[in-house]
Amino acid sequence: MTQYSFQQHFDDKIDSDNTIEAKDWMPDDYRKTLIRQISQHAHSEIVGMLPEGNWISRAPTLRRKAVLMAKVQDEAGHGLYLYSAAETLGISRDEMYNQLHTGKAKYSSIFNYPTLTWADMGAVGWLVDGAAIMNQVPLCRTSYGPYARAMVRVCKEESFHQRQGFEIMLTLAKGTDIQRKMAQDAFNRWWWPSLMMFGPPDAESPNTANSVRWRIKRLTNDELRQKFVDVTVEQAKVLGLDMPDKDLKWNEERGHYDFGAINWPEFYNVVKGNGPCNKQRLEARRSAWEKGQWVRDAATAYAGKRAARKAAAVETKAA
Amino acid sequence: MNKSEWPLWEVFIRSKAGLDHKHAGSLHAADVEMAIENARDVYTRRQEGVSIWVVESKNIHASDPGQSESMYEPANDKIYRHPTFYNLPDEVKYM
Ligand SMILES: [Fe+2]
Ligand SMILES: [Fe+2]
Repeated sequence: MTQYSFQQHFDDKIDSDNTIEAKDWMPDDYRKTLIRQISQHAHSEIVGMLPEGNWISRAPTLRRKAVLMAKVQDEAGHGLYLYSAAETLGISRDEMYNQLHTGKAKYSSIFNYPTLTWADMGAVGWLVDGAAIMNQVPLCRTSYGPYARAMVRVCKEESFHQRQGFEIMLTLAKGTDIQRKMAQDAFNRWWWPSLMMFGPPDAESPNTANSVRWRIKRLTNDELRQKFVDVTVEQAKVLGLDMPDKDLKWNEERGHYDFGAINWPEFYNVVKGNGPCNKQRLEARRSAWEKGQWVRDAATAYAGKRAARKAAAVETKAA
Repeated sequence: MNKSEWPLWEVFIRSKAGLDHKHAGSLHAADVEMAIENARDVYTRRQEGVSIWVVESKNIHASDPGQSESMYEPANDKIYRHPTFYNLPDEVKYM
C-alpha cells in the first residue's frame, strides 16, 4: 500500500466512526497529539491525589476517611489506566514520569491550588470531579480504542467521586453558620479554576480543530464549559449557596446561562508554573519517585533471584 | 523499554464463575506474584472479578491489522454457515 492509501484508510475509519487500534497505521500528528493528551491526563490523575491526600488524616469521621481513601485510590488507578493507554502508542512509562518530573509535561492546572479547609474536599469532589466527568464522558467514544476503553472504566468509577463531594457540601451547607460559610468560601475559591479546567477558549485553542477532526475530542472546550455551568447552577440552588459570579444570568435566547469573564492571565500564569502550589506538587512527585527507588530495586532483585532459583531447580531435575 | 522498568503484563479477569476471562488492561510488575496482586488492587476494587490471569505482554502475538482483508474476507460470502440461510416450511416450529 502507498502512503496515500494508508492515510485514506485512516480517514475513512475516522469518518465512519471506527476506532483506531494500537497496531493500525496512524498519522504522526495523531499519535503525537494522543501521547500528549493521554499522558497529561494521566499526570493529572496522579498529581490530583495530592490536594486530597492532604486531608485523609484529618477527615472529620471514619466514614469520610474511608470514602476519601477510596477516592484517592481510584485516582491512582485512573492514572495507571491512562499511562497504559499512552504506552500502546510507543512511549515508555519511565519516559512519561521523566517528562512529569522535569516539568516538561503539563498536568491540569487545578491541582496547583491549595486545599485549605475540609470544605475543599467537598468543593473538589463536586466541582473538580464534576468538570472532569463532563470532559471524560465524551472521551469514552474517542477515536483511539485503548484511550476510549480506559475512559469507560474511569467514568464508571468517577460518579461516586462527585456525589461524595456534593454530600460533603450539602452537609456543611445545611449545618451551622460557620459550616455554611466554610462551604461558600470553598465554592468561591474553586469555582473559577474549575471553569479553567476545560482549557482556553476555542478561539485560542490551536489544537481543537484537529482534535475534533480526528474525533479525539467530540465537544470543544467552550461547549463543555457551558454545559458545566448550566448543570452546576442548578446544583448550587439545591445547596443553597451563592454562585460566585455577579454576571451570571439566564439567557433566554441562547437557552444557557451567561457567565462572567474568566481570568485567563491567571490560568496561563499557573500553567507556566507560578500557581500557589506548583513547586510543592512537583516536589512531592519527585520525592515519592526517588524515595521509592530502593523498593523498585529490591523488587527487581527479588524477582531476579527467584527466577534464577527456579532455573537452577529445573536444571537439577534435568541432570 | 528501559532496563530498569518492570515488565509489562496484560491482565484478564473472569467477572463471575462460568464466564470467559476478558482483557481488562495492563500494568507493570517485577514478577508474576506482584502482577496478580497489583491486578487485584487495580482491576477488582469493586468486585469485578473472581479469577485473574496475567500474561507478560511480550508473550502475546497478534494478527497483523494490515492483513485484515486477506484474513477475514474469505468468510464474507459463506452465509450458508448461518442457520438463517436455510428455508424451512412453516410447519416446522422448532429447529
Ligand atoms: Fe479520576
Ligand atoms: Fe475523580
